[in-house]
Amino acid sequence: MILKANRMSEGVSSVIDYRHVLNSNVQALKPSGIRRFFDIANEFDDVISLSIGEPDFMTPWHVREEAIRNLQDGNTWYSPNRGFLELRREISHFIKLHYHIDYDPKAEILVTVGGSEAIDLALRCLVSPGDEVLIPEPSFVCYKPLTQMAGGVPVVIETKEEEKFRLKPEALQAKITPKSKVLILPYPNNPTGAVMHRADLEKIADVVKANHLMVLSDEIYSELTYGDSRHVSFASLDGMKECTVLVNGFSKTFAMTGWRLGYAAAPEPIITQMTKLHQFGIMSAPTTAQHAAVEALKNGESDIIEMREQYDMRRRLIVEGFNSMGLSCFEPEGAFYVFPCIKSTGLSSEEFSKRLVYNERVAVVPGNAFGDCGEGYVRVSYSYSTKHIIEALSRIGRFVKKGKGLP
Amino acid sequence: MDQLLSLLNENARLTTKQLAVMLNISEDEVTKKIAQYEKDGVIRGYKALVNWEKVDKNKSSALIELRVSPKRDRGFDEIANRIMQFEEVDSVYLMSGGYDLAVKVHGKSMHDIAVFVMRKLATLDSVLSTSTHFILTRYKDGGVILDPEGEQDERRSVFSD
Repeated sequence: MILKANRMSEGVSSVIDYRHVLNSNVQALKPSGIRRFFDIANEFDDVISLSIGEPDFMTPWHVREEAIRNLQDGNTWYSPNRGFLELRREISHFIKLHYHIDYDPKAEILVTVGGSEAIDLALRCLVSPGDEVLIPEPSFVCYKPLTQMAGGVPVVIETKEEEKFRLKPEALQAKITPKSKVLILPYPNNPTGAVMHRADLEKIADVVKANHLMVLSDEIYSELTYGDSRHVSFASLDGMKECTVLVNGFSKTFAMTGWRLGYAAAPEPIITQMTKLHQFGIMSAPTTAQHAAVEALKNGESDIIEMREQYDMRRRLIVEGFNSMGLSCFEPEGAFYVFPCIKSTGLSSEEFSKRLVYNERVAVVPGNAFGDCGEGYVRVSYSYSTKHIIEALSRIGRFVKKGKGLP
Repeated sequence: MDQLLSLLNENARLTTKQLAVMLNISEDEVTKKIAQYEKDGVIRGYKALVNWEKVDKNKSSALIELRVSPKRDRGFDEIANRIMQFEEVDSVYLMSGGYDLAVKVHGKSMHDIAVFVMRKLATLDSVLSTSTHFILTRYKDGGVILDPEGEQDERRSVFSD
């Protein structure tokens, strides 16, 4: 089998040199660092993982049931390009209720295939060739490549643990040039768990206003914030709705990752252009998922609260666990990740993660997969049962105690 | 419901410290609350959920439906109290519907249970009839999936082929 496959690929490559066929920009994109590390962890079959970035809860039953009912009724056609109006109405209502912003369901909301599509569309609609896109890091891995494919130039802004991984106005200001166009606001943040409070956002809004930036606010973890203060949406700030594309979705809020459903909310002229791209590239988001999402928005409030309480308990458990084994752990206020500092072990993020897999069979993601400034940290997910977390923590504790472990 | 109870109900071996951290209260408070629950009879005990089939293939359990005649003044309490004294009996419930008591029994073998029903249960004065259902396989018991295969993590990395 292997021989045959080799021969085939050799045969083909002698006819066409794909390096010359394929778009040079796409070839220049770096593959995800998360991916690279998963390939290592997959070498072993007894690895317990704290590396997954999706909820461990199943989609609530009433939501799944609504999807089943719609399938039984044969509701399997395309939806309107922007998504069913009923769903856009529910989204508008949800945003109003939770974040106090008014979006017109008819003109200012677009239902997409996950939040990721909304990010891609927004960047392609806002960025002209050579425009600079400001990206705070550490952050999720998609912003840079999508910026590049939109013809933009990514400009990284490092955030620091001492500043709770929040974006500081001075740090933003320092990176602004005449070409600055879009600021990405990835909060609550994957991988750090950082959140931006109202006061933090207001300072950013001043810089945005002064420099006429557009903002892509990726708020996919907005319902997963802990402690007393709930999430504040950037678009809810005075005068900010006009320059913001708000991206959110169902994956994290309702544990609906596999349904692939998200949305963008933005001023009409932006949504109009995004809808064109969406029409030509996607047509419409999955119909069954949209029916399920209506049910989630209508009757899912208690599911959100229940899941949030569970995550919160695990969050405290895991933060305490890392701190007591001597790996200082910034207390995250959002998402379901912790981002402990592993510098005290003297190992790089990748070395630490590799040795942890080889020695104790625990998988975490090296922090530098989320940007160079993530070096010295690892991303640990707590979307796992407490039993699983306790076992993983005890293994990591043993690893740290033993020292650097075997290479 | 008190989250302390839900946590213990799920895993009674969580340490006081772990419980305190998760609930964001002091260890002292956890100790006090648990003591109070025990005193009030809210928490009635802590035991391991054993998958006996792994230890002894012959071990057997059955659900027995009993129709009984209630006693004047004492209703079903007297017969229920009598039945729960047998060490073979795991649980006794008073049911609505077609029969009166549901009794779950464990035995060393099916034969063992058959003998118990014939000699001890059916012969009780107020028992009118019995209907014994042997349990063939336990998939989930006390909220726990017994075969770990059943709780495998199907999630994968966002970036996987």
